[in-house]
Amino acid sequence: MEKAIKKYWPIFVLPTLAAFIIGFIIPFLQGVYLAFCQFTTVRDATFIGISNFISALRDATFTHAFWYNCAFVVVSTLAINVGGLAVALILTKAIRGTNAFRTVFFMPNLIGGIVLGYIWQILLNCALTLLERPLLQLDPTAGFWGLVILMCWQQIGYMMIIYIAGLQSIPDNLLEAAEIDGATHWQTFFKVKLPMLMPSITICLFLTITNSFKLFDQNMALTGGNPAHQSELLAYNIYYTFYGRSGPQWRGIGQAKAVIFCVIVVAIALIQLRVTRKKEVQQ
Amino acid sequence: MTRKMQRSNRIWSIVMTVVCVVYMYPIFMVLMNSLKVESAISTGTAFDLPAAETFAGLANYENAIGAQGFLFSLLNSLVITVTSVFAILICCSMFAWYITRVNNKITKVLYLLCAFSMVVPFQMVMFTLSSMADTLHLNTPWTLWVIYLGFGAGLAVFMFCGFMRSVPIDMEEASMIDGCNPLQTYFHIVFPLLRPTMVSVAILEAMWIWNDYLLPTLILDINEYKTIPMLIQMFRGSYGRVEMGPMMACIMLAILPIVAVYLIGQKHIIKGVVAGAVKG
Repeated sequence: MEKAIKKYWPIFVLPTLAAFIIGFIIPFLQGVYLAFCQFTTVRDATFIGISNFISALRDATFTHAFWYNCAFVVVSTLAINVGGLAVALILTKAIRGTNAFRTVFFMPNLIGGIVLGYIWQILLNCALTLLERPLLQLDPTAGFWGLVILMCWQQIGYMMIIYIAGLQSIPDNLLEAAEIDGATHWQTFFKVKLPMLMPSITICLFLTITNSFKLFDQNMALTGGNPAHQSELLAYNIYYTFYGRSGPQWRGIGQAKAVIFCVIVVAIALIQLRVTRKKEVQQ
Repeated sequence: MTRKMQRSNRIWSIVMTVVCVVYMYPIFMVLMNSLKVESAISTGTAFDLPAAETFAGLANYENAIGAQGFLFSLLNSLVITVTSVFAILICCSMFAWYITRVNNKITKVLYLLCAFSMVVPFQMVMFTLSSMADTLHLNTPWTLWVIYLGFGAGLAVFMFCGFMRSVPIDMEEASMIDGCNPLQTYFHIVFPLLRPTMVSVAILEAMWIWNDYLLPTLILDINEYKTIPMLIQMFRGSYGRVEMGPMMACIMLAILPIVAVYLIGQKHIIKGVVAGAVKG
């Protein structure tokens, strides 16, 4: 059977492979090469070694974006997961209207990042004006918390869905046994539900971490990096280096930043793979 | 159920109702502002409800559809999403079947490359990809699906492969012995089995492509074709005064189709999200 299928490779493999080469492999390899070049278009590149990387690491906005991004990842990951799990716990109780509640919580997820960013920009700016405080675009701290609130609003519903699926797969007899043994609500939660939820928690943690690291649309729409690059995340910093700055050196530096960014994201993904593999062995 | 639990559940029900009302407020706020006249929408007055003198009726919506070209953007977004999702479903499922059924080094490398492409951030390839699209003249809504097929293949192939590993090979072997060629086997035996996974993949890819901003912005000619996210960004991106009223109307018009699709296909969407999360 394998032999017969093999002969059909032009039909089965070629369309996707061709698109994959055009849409991913060539741009990726070119991107890696261009990180070591000075260029303004793909064709006029001259090789200059690692000086792009040195300039990228010396760029204060880039290092600021990195730490700002790290802080954002920590805060938003915690907030989204605690929120998502709390909502999931409440909605798996036998209360009236759970389905309607789930529908509402999940809805913001389907709205795109640009639209979300502008909705929250208007809302938060109005709130800040009424509180007589500076606008989002003028205050990096407000911009930070605004982005956290926005991401919570968008992602809590998504994580809730995964946590609910996890909670529903806990066998009833475990919970009954805990109840018979006289466990309190909190004991049941920490000693039974939480350990049984570990697979869902790992999935959600890594989803939120990678989402927060790669965040672009929301960042651009909400504050646009203002004031003076103080609220830029890595992805937006790279975009701005490419398209917002004039001077022949910036594209090369932007590409070098992108390579560094890519290495960070791939490293996180590899850690994720190892952690989930370990979990599978234990089960 | 004890009476105490019943009471606590009723309290939770009320609490969640309040939370949900608050949760929906941002969308309600946009709806209210889209019905106001331009001068009544500012950073200080966005929370005010439309009053008799600030009520604009549907004027903002007329402006959005007429002067701002909302319908053309909607059409562009639709064309891009439908052609891309269709191409991804057909091509990637065939690709995934081939690389799970043919076992050699090349297919293993292909699988790993697909998994790798899922992880790589778009900023890594954005510049080279857009110049590639320009060279090959893939920069119109009708040809953009090639790029999405290439860049979105990772997730689809990954999910299809995950499903196909769990499907027993017996039926396919039987049909081949009965004289079907691989193409017939694929479309008569494998394809029908794939339907639930297809729905999940279609939902995840459509959610991504419909809302994607950066890729179409860099590749399409901005002056000629705009998708919906691009149109909304243009309100802010262009110089001069922002027309808040039409912008609110555009946001509302952008949300409405999504909400409609969501309410109709909620069950499938939630199932797709869970499947995607567990596999990814």
